[in-house]
Amino acid sequence: MKPRRQCELGGAPTKKSVVEGVSIMVSANPVILEMRSITKEFPGVKALSEVSITVRASEIHSICGENGAGKSTLMKVLSGVYPFGSYDGEIVFQNSVCEFKDIRASENAGIVIIHQELALIPELSITENIFLGNEPTKFGVINWAEARLRTMELMARVGLNEDPDTPVKEIGVGKQQLVEIAKALNKSVKLLILDEPTAALNESDSQHLLDLIRGLKSKGISCIMISHKLNEIEQVSDSITIIRDGKSIETLDVKADGVDEDRIIRGMVGRTLESRFPDHTPTIGEVFFEVKNWTVAHPQIADRLVCKNSNFNVRRGEIVGIAGLMGAGRTELARSIFGRSYGNYISGQIIKDGKEITLRNVPQAIKHGLGYVTEDRKTLGLNLLDDIKTTTVSANLGAISKNTVVDRDKEFSVAERYRKQLRTKAPSVEEGVAKLSGGNQQKVVLAKWMFTDPDLLILDEPTRGIDVGAKYEIYGIIQALANQGKGVIVISSELPELLGISDRIYTIFEGAITGVLDKNQASQETLMKRMTAATKSA
Amino acid sequence: MNIIKQLFGGNSRQFGMIFALVALVVFFQVRTDGLILTPDNVINLMNGYSYILVLAIGMVLVIIAGHIDLSVGSVAAFVGIVVALAMRDWGLPWYLGIIAGLALGAAIGAWQGFFVAYVGIPAFIVTLAGMLLFRGANQLFGDSLTIPVPKEFQAIGAGYLPEIGPNTGYNNLTLLIGILGVVALVWGEFRGRRKAVSLGSDVKPVWVPIFKVVVFAAVILYVTYLFATGRPGTSFPIPGIILGVLVLIYGFISSRTTIGRHVYAVGGNRHAAALSGVKSKRTDFMVMLNMSMLAGLAGMIFVARANASGPSDGVGWELDAIAAVFIGGAAVTGGVGTVMGSMIGGLVMAVLNNGLQLLGVGSDWTQIIKGLVLLAAVVFDVYNKSQGKASFIGFMMKKLGGNNNPDLEVAEPLKGTIKTEA
Repeated sequence: MKPRRQCELGGAPTKKSVVEGVSIMVSANPVILEMRSITKEFPGVKALSEVSITVRASEIHSICGENGAGKSTLMKVLSGVYPFGSYDGEIVFQNSVCEFKDIRASENAGIVIIHQELALIPELSITENIFLGNEPTKFGVINWAEARLRTMELMARVGLNEDPDTPVKEIGVGKQQLVEIAKALNKSVKLLILDEPTAALNESDSQHLLDLIRGLKSKGISCIMISHKLNEIEQVSDSITIIRDGKSIETLDVKADGVDEDRIIRGMVGRTLESRFPDHTPTIGEVFFEVKNWTVAHPQIADRLVCKNSNFNVRRGEIVGIAGLMGAGRTELARSIFGRSYGNYISGQIIKDGKEITLRNVPQAIKHGLGYVTEDRKTLGLNLLDDIKTTTVSANLGAISKNTVVDRDKEFSVAERYRKQLRTKAPSVEEGVAKLSGGNQQKVVLAKWMFTDPDLLILDEPTRGIDVGAKYEIYGIIQALANQGKGVIVISSELPELLGISDRIYTIFEGAITGVLDKNQASQETLMKRMTAATKSA
Repeated sequence: MNIIKQLFGGNSRQFGMIFALVALVVFFQVRTDGLILTPDNVINLMNGYSYILVLAIGMVLVIIAGHIDLSVGSVAAFVGIVVALAMRDWGLPWYLGIIAGLALGAAIGAWQGFFVAYVGIPAFIVTLAGMLLFRGANQLFGDSLTIPVPKEFQAIGAGYLPEIGPNTGYNNLTLLIGILGVVALVWGEFRGRRKAVSLGSDVKPVWVPIFKVVVFAAVILYVTYLFATGRPGTSFPIPGIILGVLVLIYGFISSRTTIGRHVYAVGGNRHAAALSGVKSKRTDFMVMLNMSMLAGLAGMIFVARANASGPSDGVGWELDAIAAVFIGGAAVTGGVGTVMGSMIGGLVMAVLNNGLQLLGVGSDWTQIIKGLVLLAAVVFDVYNKSQGKASFIGFMMKKLGGNNNPDLEVAEPLKGTIKTEA
């Protein structure tokens, strides 16, 4: 049942052992992986050119780079998604040259990749997921008793306390991530690749995961981590390789070089970013939008309240932050206000410009000047089959059509105007949105809502999965909207982001608003206190 | 190959289907010693497949919206028998019969649409139930017997354009339609070009539109000639006119109106559409309603052509219509497809059927070949998409030694990076 550990050693004459390379490293751990001069071309595009990285045993090695820099392509080369022969260069893992022809081959060698989109089957139990495709059998019959026993062991190793028969869909994303790691451990992993492991996790789950990775490291498992969260990278990494435009720029030793976030950013963007947030002096007017006693129940579970008697308001020209842990009810609050697109409305009022309004559905919400940019761009925000111009006008088709007939010239010019204004990088507005990078996709989504000319724009995790340079631009757009006298609500899991752009921040805990802090009163500590234990102390 | 790229530009997908259709026609023309492109055969083809193409118009919208409708054959048969009975037993005049049939179709569509859109039952299940339900209803109402329809009613399925005007040796109205078609083609091309100039986008060299207009005009005129020179008393058939009008209307609705945009948006990403203010349930309801209404029309056309409504009318039509839509480039997952593409897909199936028949191939082999063609068309499409290439047509262009569209090729590495983001 033990997977094979050795690499695919074929008979080609070019292969050689590289044991001599290891002996030079006296003080540091032995090298476990070396990728040498990896070049990967797609027709018309060189995604990677001469990229080299070296990973040592028992090391956490992070790969940093902006979106599109080639991080994922490199990991796909390493894990055999792009098979040997489709790239140039050499992969040396545990002292032998590897020629992985598929993911299975790399897994057999002890390299396991955990994608950001988890590869778990929601309906199956934890045990079934861990042993999927790798079931312990006796004469072809699965030995569930053994599988369960081993699952318990693995769960203990990753610190997961659940019934092994629980369907995966019933545990949270953070625990699902742990199941993925348990699954990797079951395959006798030597090198674990984590692609944005904490993107969907809240603070405490992230911390648990990072601790776990550190624990694995002490047990001799190396780890390659790709993440946009530079603070986490700084916290756990031993070394960092920076990739820019398909080239490996530099490798930093975190301790020896005294690396901090600014140092990483400088490497990623190739220049020093003066500030992570553009300068902004708000001109704040009177309160124009108010939510009172807002109470909403879970869509399926009637007695579970996702919003409890919430009160908040927004002033003209103000950027209001909403801070809360994942699952605290931030998105639920936003979507229930936005035309009751989530949950079952129970009670509460919305007052806009002094008058009470009722928003029963999304079209009504849009008509009353609300816009909502979802946290989940790909499944809730975009039709990936569409191009930039159809997306840009999709929330306000009425404005470019007459008697339901769409004026395509107007559509084109509107989309073109926003493309120029927001500096969306695309060859034309006829480009499919699926081909754009995350930052540019987000700009298209923002353009879509800007075209509805909202009075209040709710942005749910507006910079998730977006690289540093594009984040800066998105912040600029948000501030520009506020300057026009619009109200903006920003929901974010990243407290520095909220602190950086909000004028006022509400905190939310278990569906209830637990406090509001002005920009100058707020700090990560004061916010965190209200985001976690506030209800107990209050 | 550059010529073809210049001619079809971004719309290379449709070119591939047209190419396949032309290749099929040429193949059968050679193999049957010219039997396929005779006036009688072309008229016959149009008569025999127009009702399937009418179904395909509704079906492509249903499939774009991400659903399917298996009940169309049964609905067609049910509407057919009810209309036939109403005209025979209640003495309903033919035009009221047609209106009643459309209304009945719409009512059935509302019934099915209600379950799909507002109760949330998958269309596959709802229409599978409908398939049984309305087949049974047809046989119940008609006592499993054949009900004849009056002569005037038969015109919508078996009528031809009348002979009017001076004796030119051709059918004048058919000629008029052909000429109007050419005029519309020239005008459309000219207008599009002028607009491109005014918007300042890239304009192709002058020979491109001229060549395109000449080729298409020649095809239109040749087909017109075929239709205008049939046996005396025949010309361009009435069902063909009905189909043509529907193609124009639905082609316009799907590509140029907010209604069409909503259908594509709902099929492409239901959640994103709903959060953009599209009433997705109403959209679902409307496409289902529309489908059954067109099924009713198709049923009436068939009954008119067959002179009577019978208990096994419309058996297997849903499969022909669905096949036409998928050969025509629609995606199983929704959000993709065109009315025009489905028409070409339907014609590919029709020509295949007709050509094999003329060659004396039995229905056993005809079905096997049709099945393989459907599978092959979708396989190429899926395969090429998974390779990040220009779908079916990209493949064809490559085989022909052409350059691939660089825009589409660039997609792959970018797509890879997009996956890593939230």
